[in-house]
Amino acid sequence: MDELESTLKPLMLDGLDGDAQAHARLLKLLSERLRAYFGRRLSTSLDDVEDLVQETLLAVHLRRATYDRAQPFTAWAHAIARYKLIDHWRRRKIRATAPLDDVEDFVASPPVDVDAGLDLTRVLSTLPPRQRALVEDVKVQGLSLSEAGLRGGLSEGAAKVALHRALKVLAERLRHAD
Amino acid sequence: MQTDELINVLGADAGPIARSAPVRRLALGAGVGSFIVLVLVLGGLGLRPDLAEATVGVFFWIKAAYTAALGAAGFWAVERLGRPGVSAKQPARLGAAVLLIFVLAALAQAFSLSGPARMVALKGVSWTVCTRNIAVLAAPLLAITLWILRQLAPTRPTVAGFAAGAFSGGLAATLYGLHCPEATFVFVALWYTLGIAVSGGIGAALGRWALRW
Repeated sequence: MDELESTLKPLMLDGLDGDAQAHARLLKLLSERLRAYFGRRLSTSLDDVEDLVQETLLAVHLRRATYDRAQPFTAWAHAIARYKLIDHWRRRKIRATAPLDDVEDFVASPPVDVDAGLDLTRVLSTLPPRQRALVEDVKVQGLSLSEAGLRGGLSEGAAKVALHRALKVLAERLRHAD
Repeated sequence: MQTDELINVLGADAGPIARSAPVRRLALGAGVGSFIVLVLVLGGLGLRPDLAEATVGVFFWIKAAYTAALGAAGFWAVERLGRPGVSAKQPARLGAAVLLIFVLAALAQAFSLSGPARMVALKGVSWTVCTRNIAVLAAPLLAITLWILRQLAPTRPTVAGFAAGAFSGGLAATLYGLHCPEATFVFVALWYTLGIAVSGGIGAALGRWALRW
């Protein structure tokens, strides 16, 4: 626990100061912890676990201003993960009131495609073309935000704003995706 | 989209984050909300006619200090509850202590009065409208506070909603003091406190569904 804290907190602090590499590394390490955390608590499919990991990463990223630098980072991240898990369960309970007689769905063979991040892929396709292209261009490392913006005819500043707005929309829609 | 791809996207969106961003946002909301409440008090209710004399007396300020302290405890709690993993025990204790001291003062005053005088103090001239006025005045401030709080990261929606309501109620009650002429511990401890509590209850009820993210 202390070792985790001493690895993650400096990365978080550097990320808050604008170090994008530290930020990405933090999210990478965090995603592994989240996968284990949700995996132990969700008996459902691995797809669900990965969807929840992605939703939580988006929340951690978009709401990182709420992290108090004097507090332990793991406590902050854990509280968000726990909240997202409870929120997931709550939404599932509401869905459980859906009709019980959809036998056809049950009998039909389960989807074989277990590609991770199905929800996010689906939600991404609901974005306006320009924002979607921007996200698609930066998701594979190699193309910087300014290059991706240029391809879409945007200045770096405009691309920055557009990407941030796109992520907020994605996070909001992801909550209602399942 | 794979998780590693998402991390690349989030890395592209990384940038420096201001240290006190949440507090500043909440304070800005409080400023805008207070202005709206003040306009409602001045335009809808009017100042108490004896305001100039009242401000020379002590009780006017005691009353304002009581409601403002409850509001401040609420604001402090909102700021903390907007941050995951941070406890709101300290502000809760502050609020409870302020409430306790004032209620004890009110009880002392109530026992020092004769029966009929006690009822006069309890009812004042506005007991039928006081609680409702405070709750209504607090509403716009509560709406703004919940809206900002939603953009932070409250992990306990009901408690955070209550804190937002207590903050809004305390601030609204303080400004309501510019209109309301009541000047006894007994009256304020009952009807003002009730108004703030109602605002807190509304905040808790709204928070349950409004503070989800």
